[in-house]
Amino acid sequence: MTAFQEWVSNFSNLFYKCFIREDRYKLLVSGIGVTIKVSLLAVVIGILIGMLIALCNLSKRKPIKFFGNLYTGIIRGTPSVTQLMIIYFVVFATVDLDKWIIAAIAFGINSGAYVSEIIRAGIMSVDHGQTEAGRSLGLNAFQTMTRIVIPQAVKNIFPALCNEFIVLIKETAIVGYVGLMDIQKAGDFIKSATFVAFMPLIGTAVIYYVLIKILTLLFQRIEKVLRKSDIR
Amino acid sequence: MIKVKNLHKKFGDLTVLNGIDEHISQGEVVVVIGPSGSGKSTFLRCLNLLEDVTEGEIYVDDQLINTSKVNINEVRQKMGMVFQQFNLFPHLTIMDNITLAPVLLKKMTKEDAVKKGHELLKRVNLGEKAQAYPAQLSGGQKQRVAIARALAMNPEIMLFDEPTSALDPEMVGEVLDVMKDLAKSGMTMVIVTHEMGFAREVASRVLFVDQGMIMESGTPDEVFGNPQNVRTKLFLSKVL
Repeated sequence: MTAFQEWVSNFSNLFYKCFIREDRYKLLVSGIGVTIKVSLLAVVIGILIGMLIALCNLSKRKPIKFFGNLYTGIIRGTPSVTQLMIIYFVVFATVDLDKWIIAAIAFGINSGAYVSEIIRAGIMSVDHGQTEAGRSLGLNAFQTMTRIVIPQAVKNIFPALCNEFIVLIKETAIVGYVGLMDIQKAGDFIKSATFVAFMPLIGTAVIYYVLIKILTLLFQRIEKVLRKSDIR
Repeated sequence: MIKVKNLHKKFGDLTVLNGIDEHISQGEVVVVIGPSGSGKSTFLRCLNLLEDVTEGEIYVDDQLINTSKVNINEVRQKMGMVFQQFNLFPHLTIMDNITLAPVLLKKMTKEDAVKKGHELLKRVNLGEKAQAYPAQLSGGQKQRVAIARALAMNPEIMLFDEPTSALDPEMVGEVLDVMKDLAKSGMTMVIVTHEMGFAREVASRVLFVDQGMIMESGTPDEVFGNPQNVRTKLFLSKVL
């Protein structure tokens, strides 16, 4: 047997042991489901909180601005594992909610702080002349914000938001700390069960990579549509 | 139509407008000239309260507008404004730029607004650009769209804040031509500009502003031909 053939048979044996035997792939498949569920809900919560905190940070009222700064300060100043565990074991300790929902809330709260900074930057990136033009036509502040400023801000911040979404997906790899079986935890579980480190960990990495690659391609499509008005 | 009484405007410690009294009547084309930093743009921006007023009173159609009792959005609907930097909405087509405000503010149905939009675009010689985006237009074309956008609200007064200052020289003419037509149609206009030739030709009255005050006011012939104020003479000797 040549070295290459040996390697191939070794690889397929490991592959079989780690993914096929005892239906271990099912762990990973359900892990993908958990990762996607948690990430999606967290993104929605993150964007809602982000908008709210961005408005707080842009507010002229001191107490509101203070609250916004405090929020971003605390979230950015503490590790997300710590936040996740505090939310799970302290805040929701006595609340009867699905684990994945609590985890999504924790990641949403975390993501909201970063999203708020992105949104704030996006709103400030729109030239003040746009606001003046809207107001000079007789639109009120709200109409100017929703019809003129925010549509332009969204276009400006879309790449940054996508990036935040991707960071968030990878961040969820710590949900094992509160006992959820996501992709990472599933890979880890297989590693413990088979005493093989290479195959399950590389497999985990490949799954995350493919997931994020698909998302990136989707984002690029959307961005192209958003950039329609930039064509010269 | 517009009455300004004892208008003061301060930015922090800096006094930009230092007591302006002025009365602009219906159908007048008032051109405001003066050195940069004189306060002429600030004066114009105070007229529709894009700048809040530090002291003094502004009346539009005999209604005091710089008070919290007035809905400033309704007042602004009567006052079109054209900016130096055009400020077209880059995410909207030319037609949507024009129809956004009248439709959103329920001045017109969408169909009427589009019809009016086509008329206005024809009037500013951009009939074929309705579906283009602002980024696809030249500076002169953008400014003509901006004028059409302001006119779509059927304003009683048009304010122009240095409308040709950001344009390449060869595009100044096309914008001034549109403004001349507008003046001929009887529109009340207040124009801040450095185009002295245009001021001479189109203005019914010229205001010379310096140090936050109106130093001289009169017909173009009076102000350009026989200026009385020392500062006016000095300024005109530099720019003419």
